[in-house]
Amino acid sequence: MTTDLTAPAVGKARRTRLRTEGLQVGYDDTLVVGADGGLDLDVVEGTVTAVIGPNGCGKSTLLRAMARLLAPRHGHVLLDGERIDRLPSRQVATVLGVLPQDPVAPEGLLVADLVARGRHPHQRWFRQWGPDDEAVVAEALAWTGTSEFADRPLETLSGGQRQRVWISMALAQGTDVLLLDEPTTFLDLAHQVDVLDLVERLHRERGRTVVMVLHDLNLAARYADRLVAMRDGRIAGAGAPADVLTEQTMRDVFGLEAKVVTDPVSGTPLVLPIGRRHRVRDDSNS
Amino acid sequence: MTALADRPAGTRSPRTRRPALVVGIAVVALLVAGVLSIMVGAALLDPAQVWAGLTGTGTDQSVAIVRDLRVPRTLLGALVGIALGVAGALMQGHTRNPLADPGLLGVSAGAGFLLVVAIQFLGITSLYGTVGFGFAGAALASALVFGLASLGGSRAGGPTPVTLALAGVAVSELLIAVTSALVLRDTSSLDAYRFWSAGALDDKDAAASLQIAPFVLAGLVLAAANAPGLDVLALGEDTARGLGHHVGRARALGIAAITLLAGSAVAVAGPISFVGLVAPHMARFVTGPDHRWLLPVAGLGGATSVLLADVIGRLVVRPGELQVGIVLAVVGAPFFIALVRRRKLARL
Repeated sequence: MTTDLTAPAVGKARRTRLRTEGLQVGYDDTLVVGADGGLDLDVVEGTVTAVIGPNGCGKSTLLRAMARLLAPRHGHVLLDGERIDRLPSRQVATVLGVLPQDPVAPEGLLVADLVARGRHPHQRWFRQWGPDDEAVVAEALAWTGTSEFADRPLETLSGGQRQRVWISMALAQGTDVLLLDEPTTFLDLAHQVDVLDLVERLHRERGRTVVMVLHDLNLAARYADRLVAMRDGRIAGAGAPADVLTEQTMRDVFGLEAKVVTDPVSGTPLVLPIGRRHRVRDDSNS
Repeated sequence: MTALADRPAGTRSPRTRRPALVVGIAVVALLVAGVLSIMVGAALLDPAQVWAGLTGTGTDQSVAIVRDLRVPRTLLGALVGIALGVAGALMQGHTRNPLADPGLLGVSAGAGFLLVVAIQFLGITSLYGTVGFGFAGAALASALVFGLASLGGSRAGGPTPVTLALAGVAVSELLIAVTSALVLRDTSSLDAYRFWSAGALDDKDAAASLQIAPFVLAGLVLAAANAPGLDVLALGEDTARGLGHHVGRARALGIAAITLLAGSAVAVAGPISFVGLVAPHMARFVTGPDHRWLLPVAGLGGATSVLLADVIGRLVVRPGELQVGIVLAVVGAPFFIALVRRRKLARL
């Protein structure tokens, strides 16, 4: 697939931070991503990209491959033009951060200690923990509004607070590029919005480049500059939310009849699924 | 964004749960246990006699008892305990399994197997020979477990906690079964195996057994090098890789450390149970999950437990002795059950 995905959705011409070329990723015998000829995707500096698609379409696999957590079968992932698998992993970790879908932490781990582990790529045996690391951790906690929990064990926090702490850890890592795998799963709507507001601030105030996998299409449309819709390991559409989230895409990608209107709050597309029950009611009314 | 100012003034730094104090207390406890271990035996000595024996100013007999028998035995007990405590903490960290102990890597079964093979087929009876073969058996078994676990693990990153546990159990059970079959054929190896498998520290062999010290030391150095990696691995393999850590390398380092530590311990003292399981939990209870503090405190706690158990073993059936492995099983099992029942086992 060589659709024109290079045009940044916002701003002027900016450089590509992360690129996949003919990427094919799979587990065992099955190819999950890039079935026909591999997947090409460019992620441009300072943008927020949301990857959407039905369950099993390969969006998390794509994200994991871009984060060098999975080795591709064929093709490459390029970080700032260099093959990510040829760069020292620790060096990559100073540029690119990743937050897995369901991160784990040992019981009793204090919030500040967890965030401090984000400093790992910056430490060497000759350069141990220092006051500047301490400052970065304190700032990362403050930035997500979790300073008050610094001395508490992580498991005593609510799901939304915990996700903020994990984002603090990614912040403490200090990377320009951030990959988030479903950062809003298991959160109620208020906390989903809360986390995405945080992502938006990261992007706006810190100029971070963000790629995230999201399930909620309407939130994805609101918070992303660019949507990448996937189906069966291929890119079915990519571009500005208004161009990607159409009734046709909903049919092609999700197999769902839906009405797409303009979100009265944000002006972005708003997907209203029709479903069988309502279709029947429509029919009876007519 | 005035970040530092947002932090409430006067809150203590989050990275001090007074671990230095905890380590200090653990060192003092170990020293007390060490003195007790020198005092207690067939002949009871008081602290003055211990001091006189150590400095060489006492009677010839007390000097001989202290220097030739009790001190080597105490050092050996401390070494075995440190090795088992640290190996247990490493094992629990790498498998993220609170019930893991060094035996899970097959070290005990491997040591017992090669010990029996050495006695039965090679006619080896010397202490150096049996310790050497025991250690080699432990190393081979853990290499086998690591290899099998890697085959079943993720493609890039070596073994996973689950495959390590499964391969460990499978290899251990197989080796134990073969060992049982072998000792049934031959009385002399059965006797040696029976004594070894009870888990014992011995007066007369202690000085010679201290030969394992360099291996334990090497294991401790590797364990220290593994501590930061374990802290990152505790956040899951994806997060660890995302932070730039080489998961496979960290696992290999950890397995090497466990093999050196637990292999040395079982080679000289037999499969001593519960220390590798319980000492890390006691340590975690006071230090939290940070391995830079957890590992040393687990080692000190392990050494203290072994010494105290050995002292109890020398007291309960005086002038005879109860083997330290038996005492630890008798004391350790209820202790562990109490720990589990009170839900004090931290999730890893």
